[in-house]
Amino acid sequence: MQPTLTEADVAMIRADFPILSTEVNGRPLVYLDSGATSQKPLSVLDTERDFYLSRNSAVHRGAHTLAALATEEFEEAREKVARFVGASADEIVWTSNATEGVNLVAYALSNLPAGSELALVPGDEIVVTELEHHANLIPWQQLAQRTGATLRFIPVDDEGALDLERAPITDRTRVVAFSHVSNVLGVVNPVAELVARAHAVGALVMLDACQSAPHLPLDLHALDVDFAVLSGHKMLAPTGIGVLYGRNRLLNELPPFLTGGSMITTVTMESASFLPAPQRFEAGTQRVSQAIALAAAVDYLTGIGMERVAEHGSRMSRQLIDGLSAIDGVRVLGARGAQRVGLASFAVEGIHAHDVGQFLDDRGIAVRVGHHCAQPLHRRLGLTSTTRASGSVYTTEAEIDFFLEAVADSRAFFGVAS
Amino acid sequence: MSDLDGLYQQLILDHAKNPHGRVPLDSPTSQSHQVNPTCGDEVTLSLRVENGVIEAIGWEGHGCSISQASASLLATLVDTLPVAEAESLLEEFRTAMRSRGQIELDEDRFGDAIALNGVSKYVARVKCAMLPWVALEHAMAG
Repeated sequence: MQPTLTEADVAMIRADFPILSTEVNGRPLVYLDSGATSQKPLSVLDTERDFYLSRNSAVHRGAHTLAALATEEFEEAREKVARFVGASADEIVWTSNATEGVNLVAYALSNLPAGSELALVPGDEIVVTELEHHANLIPWQQLAQRTGATLRFIPVDDEGALDLERAPITDRTRVVAFSHVSNVLGVVNPVAELVARAHAVGALVMLDACQSAPHLPLDLHALDVDFAVLSGHKMLAPTGIGVLYGRNRLLNELPPFLTGGSMITTVTMESASFLPAPQRFEAGTQRVSQAIALAAAVDYLTGIGMERVAEHGSRMSRQLIDGLSAIDGVRVLGARGAQRVGLASFAVEGIHAHDVGQFLDDRGIAVRVGHHCAQPLHRRLGLTSTTRASGSVYTTEAEIDFFLEAVADSRAFFGVAS
Repeated sequence: MSDLDGLYQQLILDHAKNPHGRVPLDSPTSQSHQVNPTCGDEVTLSLRVENGVIEAIGWEGHGCSISQASASLLATLVDTLPVAEAESLLEEFRTAMRSRGQIELDEDRFGDAIALNGVSKYVARVKCAMLPWVALEHAMAG
């Protein structure tokens, strides 16, 4: 297998994504919003449809043939996703999205009985970073409020790089939560160093892997994190499915977050006892078709090869950063020279991000505009909103060139070109 | 004129660059702060209402060219108007903006603000144009 995706490879990939051949505003769609949600290949869509056409039934209940088939497929999906992220199946909890995964851990921690080893008390500290997506910030703010713990954060410098020298990781730190790849900057954060520092003081680590799982080979055991979350819809799978990874020992120490059917052993009118993880965290009817579709997405990415996916992302990143930096009046967020995935946010001087996005949309180019669910980072960088372009395995060099030309043209349209 | 040129008429871009009424107001009688949570754009609009008449208006904030131009045009339009008259303009403006391009603003009543007609075709941008008007609505009510 070639180490890089050739133009022909990407053309073949694109044939699996019919939406990429559609038009928007009379122009061919140039989809550069994969960081918000990726498009889905036919194999993923077909998997979901085939399940409903021939095997649909509820899992982990019922003894009929379809129920058994569905349960088997559901659990095979868990094993497949576990292998993809370097974990074992009993460490994979299905969630509806990554946000739910973070909340699950935060609520399970505050549901612990007083005196438990993992329970947080006043004086304890939770450390996040200033560049977090709101999904990996607000659940921790709320956990701090519920437990009396204090939320602290690792600041970023003027370029948006984490200032590890000022990381407030101390003996009081109980949880360190951070993103593997920033959803605004596209920069890969120093996971090994942060994990080492957190573990040196006995703190748990939560890794937000939403923006890394679609782009980089992921080995959660090697990264040595305690918890991690991923979002299916950002990695070629449907919406409605996410993954929480937790070390098996830790998951089994945590009480449930949501309770109800499917997560119990014995129930009386007064009380219930719970199944071991992961089922303990999977109350209610599960997202079967979405889980097996996520496994199909993982198969699709594995078929391409995550090393090649990463190399493609790295090339996209260079083209985006170099191209945007070459346009007058464009400020690209994030430190130069950092390792990145194919995602870049930028501000065009004198033009609001919504206006940039509207101009690009007129040419069929879909980008994200706004604060990308990271208001504190934008505020720190002196901005309210930016424009973000994010690619995927199906993004071509020609598309990025077309996008760069449009960004340059937006300056003339809005009268800010000199 | 393309749809995009219709959205961003020169008059809109001019108002966005050199907005009217973008000043803090001395001794306002009411005020409203509105935020568009999807983009973080915000506007604080202040009124001085005496005997049912808007005697002075001022606003501060930041946002896209549509929201800035809309605030600027609003300020020129409702300054010195009776509140009842401003309320009926607000309703007409809202109806036109929500019409997906079906209803245009009346030039006799809206003057230069008819340049905002192009916005109603862009559903995602209607909120931008409405932001200062919603602030006006709350300020008049409060």
